[in-house]
Amino acid sequence: MQWDIVIGLEIHVQLATKTKIFSGSSTAYGAEPNTQANAVDLAMPGTLPVPNEQAFRYAVMFGLAVNAEIERRSVFERKNYFYPDLPKGYQTTQLERPIVGPGYVDIDLASGETKRVRIHHAHLEEDAGKSLHDTFYDELGHGMSGIDLNRAGTPLIEVVTEPDMTNAEEAVAFAKKLHSIVTSLGICDGDMSQGSMRFDVNISLKPKGSETLGTRTETKNLNSFRFMEQAIAHEVERQMDILEDGGTIVQETRLYNGDRDESRSMRTKEEANDYRYFPCPDLLPVEIDDSFIEEARNSLPELPDARKARFMDQYGLNDYDAGLLGGDSKLAAFFEEAVSHGKDAKLTSNWIQGEFSARLNAEEKTVADSPISGAQLGDLVVRIADNTISSAGAKKVFEALWSGENDNVDAIIDAKGLKQVSDTGALEAMVDEVLAGMPDQVAQYQNEEDPKKRKKMLGGFMGPLMKASKGQGNPKLFNEILVKKLGG
Amino acid sequence: MHNKSVAELSRELERGEISSVELTQQFLDRIKQEDGRFNSFITVTEEQALADAKAADEQRAAGNATPWTGVPFAHKDIFCTNGVRTTCGSKMLENFVPPYDATVTGNFRKAGAVCLGKTNMDEFAMGSSTESSYFGATTNPWGLSQGDKRVPGGSSGGSAAAVAARLVPAATATDTGGSIRQPAALCGITGLKPTYGRVSRYGMIAFASSLDQGGTMARTAEDNALMLNVMAGFDPKDSTSIDRELPDYTATLNEPLKGLKIGLPKEYFSDQLSPAMEEQVRNAVKEYEKLGATVKEVSLPNAKLAIAAYYVIAPAEASANLSRFDGARYGYRCDDPKDLMDMYTRTRAEGFGTEVKRRILVGTYALSAGYFDAYYLKAQKVRRLIQQDFINAFKEVDVLMSPTSPSPAFVQGEKTNDPVTMYLEDIFTIAVNLAGVPAMSVPAGFVDGLPVGLQIIGDYFSEARLLNAAHQFQQATDWHQREPQ
Repeated sequence: MQWDIVIGLEIHVQLATKTKIFSGSSTAYGAEPNTQANAVDLAMPGTLPVPNEQAFRYAVMFGLAVNAEIERRSVFERKNYFYPDLPKGYQTTQLERPIVGPGYVDIDLASGETKRVRIHHAHLEEDAGKSLHDTFYDELGHGMSGIDLNRAGTPLIEVVTEPDMTNAEEAVAFAKKLHSIVTSLGICDGDMSQGSMRFDVNISLKPKGSETLGTRTETKNLNSFRFMEQAIAHEVERQMDILEDGGTIVQETRLYNGDRDESRSMRTKEEANDYRYFPCPDLLPVEIDDSFIEEARNSLPELPDARKARFMDQYGLNDYDAGLLGGDSKLAAFFEEAVSHGKDAKLTSNWIQGEFSARLNAEEKTVADSPISGAQLGDLVVRIADNTISSAGAKKVFEALWSGENDNVDAIIDAKGLKQVSDTGALEAMVDEVLAGMPDQVAQYQNEEDPKKRKKMLGGFMGPLMKASKGQGNPKLFNEILVKKLGG
Repeated sequence: MHNKSVAELSRELERGEISSVELTQQFLDRIKQEDGRFNSFITVTEEQALADAKAADEQRAAGNATPWTGVPFAHKDIFCTNGVRTTCGSKMLENFVPPYDATVTGNFRKAGAVCLGKTNMDEFAMGSSTESSYFGATTNPWGLSQGDKRVPGGSSGGSAAAVAARLVPAATATDTGGSIRQPAALCGITGLKPTYGRVSRYGMIAFASSLDQGGTMARTAEDNALMLNVMAGFDPKDSTSIDRELPDYTATLNEPLKGLKIGLPKEYFSDQLSPAMEEQVRNAVKEYEKLGATVKEVSLPNAKLAIAAYYVIAPAEASANLSRFDGARYGYRCDDPKDLMDMYTRTRAEGFGTEVKRRILVGTYALSAGYFDAYYLKAQKVRRLIQQDFINAFKEVDVLMSPTSPSPAFVQGEKTNDPVTMYLEDIFTIAVNLAGVPAMSVPAGFVDGLPVGLQIIGDYFSEARLLNAAHQFQQATDWHQREPQ
């Protein structure tokens, strides 16, 4: 049977506020456990939540960036359940009246198509703390669980999409687009390895063309695009196997283990908690007025879609390059710094997508950790464009910049003697000498009629020429001289 | 000395007739001698009190005194006190020492007042008799001479009994459904529940957040005004506190009452009220007429729904508010839990008393899937109707007057096995909390040798008016001066 896949996402985005959503504790990542948890975060008796206005501003900015309605009056509710990393015994969240109403995001697909994914709503809530299992031991060596409440109370927006995606590619494209939006807005640091963005994927299958949705499962807490892609493939296959064997899907929450590519059931619908939501009496409804929204609107930075359009217009980049460079705010900033030095936008773009990205990936670094600045890459591009160095030489310069051996492009070129010989007279002399030593190849070339084959044969002379010039001859000029001397 | 009011003690301290250390020692001695009969204190902080008194004397000598500098008083054990254990009347918090002050306790500290200790209360403020305290019941100073151990009312029964027995001239209290007014009435003292949002709830252990309000207890209305001057005001730590101009509540105590329009809600003069009680209340109203007030009957048509709505909303909020007592971070934890679920269930089964568990169960039920609309949402609708009743009544009159409780202090144990009868103790007080308006209880006579309280209810933020009305009544009567034998 043929199946339609239906995917909806829930994304938790940690907001980059300095303090927590309802207390003055710092939200900085990586501190000693429980050093960033005050009496409110510990849910000491009598303590009360005080809302952090910055979290509301960020939520409104997000809403505007995804073309959503902003709710003028949103309400915090208590979601009741017991867990050690939830100190109050309830999570303060929004249910009936979320701050961000329906909106949408457009995603670009590999096919060149653009697809609209609708956002059902986005709401503000507090994050829980963390349970650290088997990191402590009692005197008998039994593993004990520890609780770290540093994260408890970190503001989150939970973005809930409509089930508009039909395969992993779309889901990942949406996730990347959302990552790009929140980092461009500066409302989230986007560091997925630290849990700044976490994805829950809802998946169901239905017979191709059917109008009725199948039973869905939710796979929780995926913290990388790769795991998300794998988890979707895994879950689709699991459901398909069950359905094709005549079985039924159980509505349940599943956990995916990315390292083993396997998933297991966490709880079924029947085992789900009754969260007993009700409006939090410690917090008044959040009133958002026009001026607050206008202020947020005016503070919106350039968003990925607008930046892509500008990159195409201002730098003449093609759709793909502009989308790639414009989609990531840090990469975009790096590109613009480079191109302000390097001038040649296409060449700059090629270097960023080529050598630069490859090195970042190889060393698992982000643009922010790059040892090379945009200005340095721009300087390098200048020397490539004006023929001072060959592309082989440029790679050596890049290497020296990356390793920190030297931070000045021209100094590296001098020190390593990478400057190309572009003196035509000297190059012609070398060509004459090399051709004189290769009479058979010259004759073969001149007898060949197929221009494609001739072009290929030209390469056979380049090796000896580069060797003769100790790698410093300008390959482009060598090529021109060769063609001329060999008679076209 | 122990019969003197806060205002009088403040003047004597100011004139140097007595030092705070002497005064504090006298009251501490009195607590030591007398409180065995009442059990009105859970914790007495003798050492700290004497140190604070010494500091207060130095502050007076330096000329930086407030009216409260050096005046002894007590806190209900629901207000967190930095470094002093705060139990909320529960085994769950028997050993809990907060590392922070409630805003209210901090305010008294800043004013230089000397706290002698923490008073007894129904566990987590759930009760109308101070019998549900883990630290034993409090006994009403009234009735002992007749050989009866009667309840002081609740939940602020410890504060009320301590003030009535002259162990302290004043004490803080809280009121969620009548927990200031009913014990004030049963102990023959004056108590005020302010408008919701007038006094910060920060550091006041929550029972039902949308109803809880800190307030005052003393023998005179003037002392209540002095207390409210310290307690009231906007607090950025409490999002539900209200940023509104703060009057000097003592400044208008002597305004004449001529032309004051009094409304008597007919629903509060029903068959639930004994004829003897009603007579005392009507006599008090007549006293007001002598002072120039006019009286008319009004109606609070939805008042009869108040108890039912309250016993959905308050337990619902409590069921979530008390979830934090899980044995994980502070307070009681059961011995040798075998796993997480065991720790939760045994800690809460062993740490909470019967009434608290009853209300957690009721509240959990009311919020459950399938019942939420029928109970919680319905109760909220009733709450809005009741609010509207008060708004309508205050279009016609300035204050409402009624009995505070349906009967005087009852004998201990009489209602402990019948929670619904106990809940009816608050039949005249609960609607006030649902509406959020301020109300007082003022001593207004005796039935069978036991005090009767007059409830005066005002419009939002009319505390100054209520205190004025109570003070003028106390200038004309001496019910508030009567001392239990």
